[in-house]
Amino acid sequence: MYQARSIQSSLSFKDKFFSIDYVLVISILILGFVSIVAMYSTDGGEFQYHTKSHIIRFIVFFFMFFILSFVQIRYWHNISYLLYFLFFILLLGVKYFGLTSSGSQRWLNFYFMNLQPSELMKVGLILFLAKYYHRVSIENINRIKFLFTPIVALIAPVLLVITQPDLGTSLLIVSGGVVVAWLAGVRPKFFGYAIIIFIAFLPIAISFLKPYQKSRILTFLNPDRDPLGAGYQIIQSKIAIGSGGLFGKGFLNGSQSYLDYLPEKHTDFIFTLFSEEFGFFGSFFILLLYGLIISRLIKIGNITRSNFGKLYCYGFATAFFIYVAVNMGMVLGLLPIVGSPLPIMSYGGSSMMAIMLGLGIAMSCKIYKDTPVN
Amino acid sequence: MFSSGSGNTVIKSKLITRRMFLLSTAKAIVVVGVLARLISLQINESTKYKTLSDKNRFREWKIAPERGIIKDYFNREIASNSQVYQIHLIPEDAGNIENIFFRLKSILNISDQKIFSLKRKIAKQKPWDPVIISDNLTWSEFSRVNLFLHELQGVEPVVSIARVYKDYSSAHILGYVSQVSEKDLKNKKYLKEIAVPGIAVGKTGLEKKLDEKMIGKVGFQRYEVNAYGKRIKQIQVDQGKSGESFTTTLDLEVQKYVAEIIKDKAAAVCVMDIYNGDIISLNSSPSYNPNSFVHGIERKYWKDLINNDKKPLTNKAISGLYPPGSTIKTLVALSALENGIYKSSNKVKCSGKIELFGEKFHCWKKKGHGIMDMRSAIQRSCDVYFYEVAKKLGVDRLSKTAKKFGLGKKVLDGFTEERSGVVPNTLWKKKFIGQNWYLGETLHTGIGQGYFQSTPLQLCLMTAQIANGGFELKPRIIFNKDNNNLKNYLDFKNQNPNQTTAGDLLAINFGLKPLFKNQENINFIKDAMYASSNEPGGTSYRSRLQDNRYTFAGKTGSSQVKRFTEEQREAEVKQEDIEYKSRDHALFIAFAPYKDPKYAISVVVEHGGSGSSSAAPIAKKVIKKVLERDDLRKSFNNLLGESI
Repeated sequence: MYQARSIQSSLSFKDKFFSIDYVLVISILILGFVSIVAMYSTDGGEFQYHTKSHIIRFIVFFFMFFILSFVQIRYWHNISYLLYFLFFILLLGVKYFGLTSSGSQRWLNFYFMNLQPSELMKVGLILFLAKYYHRVSIENINRIKFLFTPIVALIAPVLLVITQPDLGTSLLIVSGGVVVAWLAGVRPKFFGYAIIIFIAFLPIAISFLKPYQKSRILTFLNPDRDPLGAGYQIIQSKIAIGSGGLFGKGFLNGSQSYLDYLPEKHTDFIFTLFSEEFGFFGSFFILLLYGLIISRLIKIGNITRSNFGKLYCYGFATAFFIYVAVNMGMVLGLLPIVGSPLPIMSYGGSSMMAIMLGLGIAMSCKIYKDTPVN
Repeated sequence: MFSSGSGNTVIKSKLITRRMFLLSTAKAIVVVGVLARLISLQINESTKYKTLSDKNRFREWKIAPERGIIKDYFNREIASNSQVYQIHLIPEDAGNIENIFFRLKSILNISDQKIFSLKRKIAKQKPWDPVIISDNLTWSEFSRVNLFLHELQGVEPVVSIARVYKDYSSAHILGYVSQVSEKDLKNKKYLKEIAVPGIAVGKTGLEKKLDEKMIGKVGFQRYEVNAYGKRIKQIQVDQGKSGESFTTTLDLEVQKYVAEIIKDKAAAVCVMDIYNGDIISLNSSPSYNPNSFVHGIERKYWKDLINNDKKPLTNKAISGLYPPGSTIKTLVALSALENGIYKSSNKVKCSGKIELFGEKFHCWKKKGHGIMDMRSAIQRSCDVYFYEVAKKLGVDRLSKTAKKFGLGKKVLDGFTEERSGVVPNTLWKKKFIGQNWYLGETLHTGIGQGYFQSTPLQLCLMTAQIANGGFELKPRIIFNKDNNNLKNYLDFKNQNPNQTTAGDLLAINFGLKPLFKNQENINFIKDAMYASSNEPGGTSYRSRLQDNRYTFAGKTGSSQVKRFTEEQREAEVKQEDIEYKSRDHALFIAFAPYKDPKYAISVVVEHGGSGSSSAAPIAKKVIKKVLERDDLRKSFNNLLGESI
């Protein structure tokens, strides 16, 4: 029966269509709607540039997600390395042809959009490692020889991203890779070694940090250090969230954001804006939506048969969780300010594209859950 | 390969699931952390953050209230407000402050010192609070700044209102206003809420006394501002309240007249209504320009004022202390009569001096006055007669009478610069000098020398209380139509000549406090003062006013600054011949008109020589002026009475 079911051609379009995870799709649509509402508020209650382009991006990438969902899981498995290398080449391209904005070189100019390949690499690395550990047999996983490839695959893109410089995204890329390695069964002691090496290199790493990055970390440790300078964002964000109270100040009434006290309100601090206007209930609702999305991704990982699918779904779900947690931790003043967008909510095409790509692959795992990848 | 790896795959997928479970546990902990933080921020500490958010959102700018005006009795403004042109700077909007100051320096005349102090001020206050660069510009300077305004970011031309004093005749009694100092902030609690940039506070005189009421209530404008300090919309405006205005009892016309007469001297003149204590004029010379303090005084002018020997900044009428000299003889005689020590008919032979325990006590008239009774002794101001009176009276009884008539204590409320003077007695000397009293000192005290110290206002009050028949007065400078008890009492008495109630009791019914035991004694003193001014031989006979309407009764006085040596006395050295600083102070007290007294006056000319030659002539002019204006004043009073 397993053999029979495993033949993909036996699935009709109807079967495929009905095996879509509708809870996940609806959650994404609601989150998309909420993000448009928030974006509308950042534009001061008018359909301005940010709102319009956010709507267009959401619609375009949502359709991309839908279409990618029907791509066979085997196909995703086959092109995993290829995608990784493609993203890596794009990152190299950034190094030489990238656009520079506010002191960091992150974007490639395609005529229809400015692409940030480091966002795509977040998914690319997970895909690469999922395939790699799918193929490595269980006995070999903890052999030094087999640790070499994942380490290079992780460090190479991270070095490129960190020198853009973009500390936030590089940390998120690392976290995705580490999570897949953990899931694959790499022994805890190797993570221990990694941490020791990391700490040993920390002084050198700190000397490479830009002054603003250092001051952000110091500010996180003591937000009142420089309330009008580096501490300003954290303090204003906390004021905005705190002043929202239980029910919020009301839609379009977030004084902190529309009087421009809130920095980066379109991107990293979109949650702050929503939280100020809709209060604790609003924030809780967002948390619930993300919780739903993540739990559906994990559920897909549970039911998918292939280890590639499991590694990918668990890895992506965990990475997704980390993106949300890091962003919220940041705006709530629990973590230092590192640039990290909130998935789907934040303004930004590359981030949206990467997340939809990731969700699309996960959905493909759902549709082809019983299909073997090789 | 697929089948062989199948078992392997199952083990692997179990491993993955187990590891995922561990990760999920970690996730749950993180979610709890985020939720807890949300609850703490949005529920527990929400009030705190709401306050902080409002603090972000709203900014208040204070509006300085308009200071109350001071008017004279006839509603003429003596301290008023006028438009001034100012330049303010809002540091937040200025961008580069150095550049702005550099530009301003080329447009206006600002010293480096001023720029330095402004920068310190900017560093201290909130970046959106304006600092006043220049608070009193001429029109041409102001328009020049307006011309260059496009280059001066953060600079605001402001038309504001500031204190202006139209003439300097009342500078001392009005006092002046100036910028708030650190000391003011510490000492005056009411300033805490009103310390707006540019607000002025009273530093002396009436401006200080009435400061709290005249300063007004500060207003504010509350704006919603964005993160860049730009005003988005006005939320609330409170225009504040301008300060209370005051009508005084002063007559500006008289003030100007007096100021003109005494401008070259170091002198003080007080004129008082003897029935209600209204101060008609209170003048001190030389005067100064009170306007120069309003916008910060220039160093040079300040130095000139401080170094001037005639002490222009002192209000001599209430802070100048002078021995009363012979003017005290009125009270010495009164005290002797009231205490039954002397009768007015008692006679003393004046031979120019008396001796007591080997010490010589001279009369001002070297040859002596011959046989004197009390009336002629006052008329001619015979010192020997009063040595004898004082000797018998004793200093303690004299000091009691003197204190009763207002000497030795402050007579106005709320003038910190007022001084109380000294009425000496045995206890006082023991306490403050630590020695026993000598009889010789009683003799000096009896002619108003020695330890005796009084202000011109005290002497004026003393005279007024003699002139009104011996009733206590409370001098006042703020107009108040009530408190005319004494006048009512006298009217009542005139209308009911046959009233049987005892005089004392009646006076108490009118809320009056008699200062005499027997009013005849008061009348005697008045008569003697009349003789002094209007009968040949009287010390101020030469300055008399013959017109019945203006006839005054007075008493001269000269108080020694430096004692005459025996040689000087022998050589009959004239006052004009000794150096200015050693000359006697000249004093004169009087009331007028004699028949129906209305006003009392005191004049003190520092180092003026003698009362009869330099103080009485001034009094003569002033009395005439005041009495000429009496009808006008009375009619104005009635008008006020009706309209209120």
